[in-house]
Amino acid sequence: MSETPLLRIEDLSVGFQVAGGAIIPAVKNLNLDLMPGETLAIVGESGSGKSTTAHAIINLLPGTGRITGGRIMLDGQDLAQASEAELEKIRGTAIGFVPQDPMSNLNPVWSVGFQVEETVRANGLASTKQDVRKKAIEVLAQAGLTDAGSRMKQYPHQFSGGMRQRVLIGIGLAANPRILIADEPTSALDVTVQRAILDHLQERTREQGTAVILITHDLGLAAERAEQLVVMYRGQVVESGPSLEILKNPQHPYTKRLVQAAPGLSSRRLVSARTSVSATGKAAIAQADASTGTATAIAVNNLTKVYNIRSGTFTSTPLTAVDNVSFSIERGSTTALVGESGSGKSTVARMLLGLEKPTAGSILIDGEEVDHLGKAGMKALRRRMQPVFQDPYGSLNPLRSITATIAEPLLVHGVGNRAERQARVFELLDQVSLPRSIAGRYPSELSGGQRQRVAIARALALKPDIVILDEAVSALDVLVQAQILELLNDLQSEYGLTYLFITHDLAVVRLIADHVCVMNQGKIVEAATTQEVFDRPREDYTRKLLDAIPGATVKFGA
Amino acid sequence: MANKRKSANHYVAPFDEKSVDVIDAVRVDDKVSNLWLDAWRDMRRRPMFYISGVLILLVTLVALFPTLFTQVPPDLDCQLSNSNGPPAPGHILGYTKQGCDIFSRIVHGTSTSLSVGVIVVVMTTILGIFFGAIAGFYGRWVDAVLSRVGDIFFSIPYILAAVVVMSVFSAYRNVFIISLAIGIFAWPSTARVLRAEILRVKNSDFVMAATAIGVSRFRILMRHVMPNSLAPVIVVTTMSLAAAIVAEATLSFLGVGLPTTFMSWGNDISQAQSDLRTAPQALIYPSIALSITVLAFIMMGEVIRDALDPKERATR
Amino acid sequence: MLGYTIRRVLQAVPVFFGTTLLIYFMVFAMPGDPIVALFGDRGVNEAVAEQLRARYHLDQPFFIQYFIYIGGVFQGDFGTSFSGQPVSEILASTFPVTIRLALLALLIEMVIGIGVGLIAGLRKGKIFDATALVVSLIFISLPIFVIAFVAQFTIALKLGWARATVSGGAPWEELILPAVVLATISVAYIIRLTRASVIETSQTDFVRTAYSKGLSRPRVVRVHILRNSLIPVVTFLAVDFGVLLVGATVTEGIFNVPGVGRTLYQAIIRGEGPTVVSFVTVMVLIYLVVNLIVDLLYAALDPRIRYGK
Repeated sequence: MSETPLLRIEDLSVGFQVAGGAIIPAVKNLNLDLMPGETLAIVGESGSGKSTTAHAIINLLPGTGRITGGRIMLDGQDLAQASEAELEKIRGTAIGFVPQDPMSNLNPVWSVGFQVEETVRANGLASTKQDVRKKAIEVLAQAGLTDAGSRMKQYPHQFSGGMRQRVLIGIGLAANPRILIADEPTSALDVTVQRAILDHLQERTREQGTAVILITHDLGLAAERAEQLVVMYRGQVVESGPSLEILKNPQHPYTKRLVQAAPGLSSRRLVSARTSVSATGKAAIAQADASTGTATAIAVNNLTKVYNIRSGTFTSTPLTAVDNVSFSIERGSTTALVGESGSGKSTVARMLLGLEKPTAGSILIDGEEVDHLGKAGMKALRRRMQPVFQDPYGSLNPLRSITATIAEPLLVHGVGNRAERQARVFELLDQVSLPRSIAGRYPSELSGGQRQRVAIARALALKPDIVILDEAVSALDVLVQAQILELLNDLQSEYGLTYLFITHDLAVVRLIADHVCVMNQGKIVEAATTQEVFDRPREDYTRKLLDAIPGATVKFGA
Repeated sequence: MANKRKSANHYVAPFDEKSVDVIDAVRVDDKVSNLWLDAWRDMRRRPMFYISGVLILLVTLVALFPTLFTQVPPDLDCQLSNSNGPPAPGHILGYTKQGCDIFSRIVHGTSTSLSVGVIVVVMTTILGIFFGAIAGFYGRWVDAVLSRVGDIFFSIPYILAAVVVMSVFSAYRNVFIISLAIGIFAWPSTARVLRAEILRVKNSDFVMAATAIGVSRFRILMRHVMPNSLAPVIVVTTMSLAAAIVAEATLSFLGVGLPTTFMSWGNDISQAQSDLRTAPQALIYPSIALSITVLAFIMMGEVIRDALDPKERATR
Repeated sequence: MLGYTIRRVLQAVPVFFGTTLLIYFMVFAMPGDPIVALFGDRGVNEAVAEQLRARYHLDQPFFIQYFIYIGGVFQGDFGTSFSGQPVSEILASTFPVTIRLALLALLIEMVIGIGVGLIAGLRKGKIFDATALVVSLIFISLPIFVIAFVAQFTIALKLGWARATVSGGAPWEELILPAVVLATISVAYIIRLTRASVIETSQTDFVRTAYSKGLSRPRVVRVHILRNSLIPVVTFLAVDFGVLLVGATVTEGIFNVPGVGRTLYQAIIRGEGPTVVSFVTVMVLIYLVVNLIVDLLYAALDPRIRYGK
């Protein structure tokens, strides 16, 4: 290409100083060129240095972070050497920034209008009071806010997440910068909102001819939105080039793995437990079928949950979180409950686990009505049905060792003596492929994926029939996520487990579920086999969800 | 080495087959670590920990074995001829108005301050943990009732409350009564801190996980919630020990503390105030003893807080 | 905002009755003759005791006594001092002085506390910060009466820069030294709190975003960091007002400031039980009102509360 790049980064290194003066490198010798009007995506897992790179460009590194080498050239000026005053002029005016989390990036104590106005003023877009206000309203209107003039007075907490992100995009683009850095601009949002926001961003930057640096962990999203791709791994660029070329023909082993694992881009159900189950799994299913007299592990009938939300000083309004939901799950199979935040999917899980009482309707586990169970019956039920929760950092007590954590269900249900429990803990660690040496360690010493393995080991300790997986892989990096899904699948086929898999991520559903129930606003809008839902969705909402999977539209030969 | 370039701008970093790790390989430090172990390691790196630790140890020793530090009796043997006298051999800090040895009175007053501090802290901690834990963990109307009761006690500044109690109990002033007077109004701070912490911990996923596993409510409270909520309570406790010592001195200073027959820094400061112009030493030295003791506990509280708060540790 | 105000005022009602009942209970429900107990070792003045017994309706059941008393409070009757003078009268003459002293102290606290805390927080780890931390720690450890005596001894008596005791009319300039003394304890806490709050706010996402918009550092500090850091400081000021009341009692006593605090101080020193109880009650009521005001102020500072969810 003969064009000169708008932004050229040469040999950029960034490090964080730790107590004692040592510098831990976060980015090592990074090179990239950004052409005018082009969208370039930096893709990597958490800790890869992608966000650090983005922050280094406008010198907004957090804490003790600083640029330790290299150049960031914009218009013949090296931003790595620029003074604070010079950077102030560049920020906003030449380089705009859209941050990751719309919830924390607007100051909660100032009105939205105020925060837009100060941007307008700081970048010299208008000077008189009326002009500043006019320009600010224009920015909000462009961000897609109806009634922008009256919403100026409102505060961030009165806006939805999607709206706030639109405001932040508006702020980032207010001064018509030549470059926009978007740091995971949608990863905190629901999938359908995510798509709308990305479309909006794309439209605005195309219109203005803005070059975009898009930071994302999602390869599918990057491929869909960017012409150029930079793949980062542990602070270094492992591969860069045109998006489609990299996706079609990844060269570096790390990129290859990433492309394979990206759930939005691939593939089919790993293997179904019902259809291809090991001999032991089959035996377990058959035995349970016989002893309970039914092949239905979970049956939910007309389940409803109503909360009373305080709306005024003395008044409260009822909120129907789960509205007349019915579904059933066959033993040894996986049903996914899919929906966006607020759809009621997690409330269903909590009611199944007996953590909340249904307002109406019934839950039958192995043909037994849960509501009629006494305290002892409930405890017995909990032996057969175990949970794995989303946040692998939050779901393990930080002050209890791995052994104590995994052995707790055994202890509570009075299984075995101390030595037997220890033996079982080792056995479980083997099953989830963790070394026995971590038994005496604490959760804070493990990575997210390892903690989730511990949580799975704890769930399996009592040899349950049913496992409720509430967003169990949502917080994990792609490669780790793929690994955990595989583990869950293996365990299912080995022990004939029944899974209820709750998630917001349709892409993952295809990898693990036999059946899908799509929830929206407390109701199940569509329920069918996974294949049917993906190939022939009946409802508009389902179609919207499917379209929103990043990378779904990318066609390439894999 | 398989460094290929597909096209002019398709860059592939040099790699060998081993350059990519096993995904999510287990890497652990040599040292086992959790919140308490990390906090302990962190504390031992800070000079303030040793300074306050040595001071606290010293004050405790003085309180327990005053005769190891001085042979001079604090209240017998006082001679008015020595009134407000300057330092003399064997009496390094001089004399009080009554002609008693200032150093000896300081040494023998230590146990009063420390016992009040300890009794108050034991009391506020027991009451605070009990009410805070129940209010925070059981919630609903129990919380509403207990929190309002706490508000009532909290709304009366505890020194003022102690002034009233001590005025009413003027006939029975002793170390236990004064500790009671301070402690009965000081516990809501501990309860509030613990309650807030329990409300936070109670909503953790690990508590939900424990419930779903079938762990009983009581066991959840004792095994999962309490251990994770105690850190700020320990900080408040250390700090309130210092506050209780100040409170006793203030009450004694106001004349509603311990009777003058008790050896107390507050009493000595109170009695020395009229001669501030002529004999400041009788006021200054007990004040220094008091301030250093308080400083030691406050420093320890700070060190513990910094060590227990990972956020604090990261920003230091 | 209205809903929040109503809720907050309603919350104050049980606390008001609770605190007054509690104080009343502590004094009058104890075994034995409360009047005799209140006189302590001073010996009972029978005439005054009779008057008190009649006044507090001690022949009535406890709750009736309490309600008669509370009814009086609503009519501005806070009881009678030891010498027979109505407490409300004493308040009228002493309260303005205390308010002036407290305002002066509060001003010093806020200017120095927030100023030093802000600079320390922005220069975390530098010499200024380290010094501020050490000095504030020392001040926290010094009991108010020690600070008062040291100030009186050095600044007034040795250096002669101020009067050791305040004269009758309590002119503003003479109130400066007592106000500084009164401010010292809380100022140390405010420095530390502001510092911590500034450090925390500086690391928030919205501050980074503010910089990314092209705002200058002074503006980000003023508009985003300082403004948000003040919210916990205001909360602290409310709780801390109790410390200020106790501090005022000691400071006014030592510097002989003719305010409410000195009246209470002298009543305590002289063992005038009934006066002590009346004044403590008044102070607790002031404390409640101030807390209510600060909570409402807090809502003004934080829109999330103002538009309560």
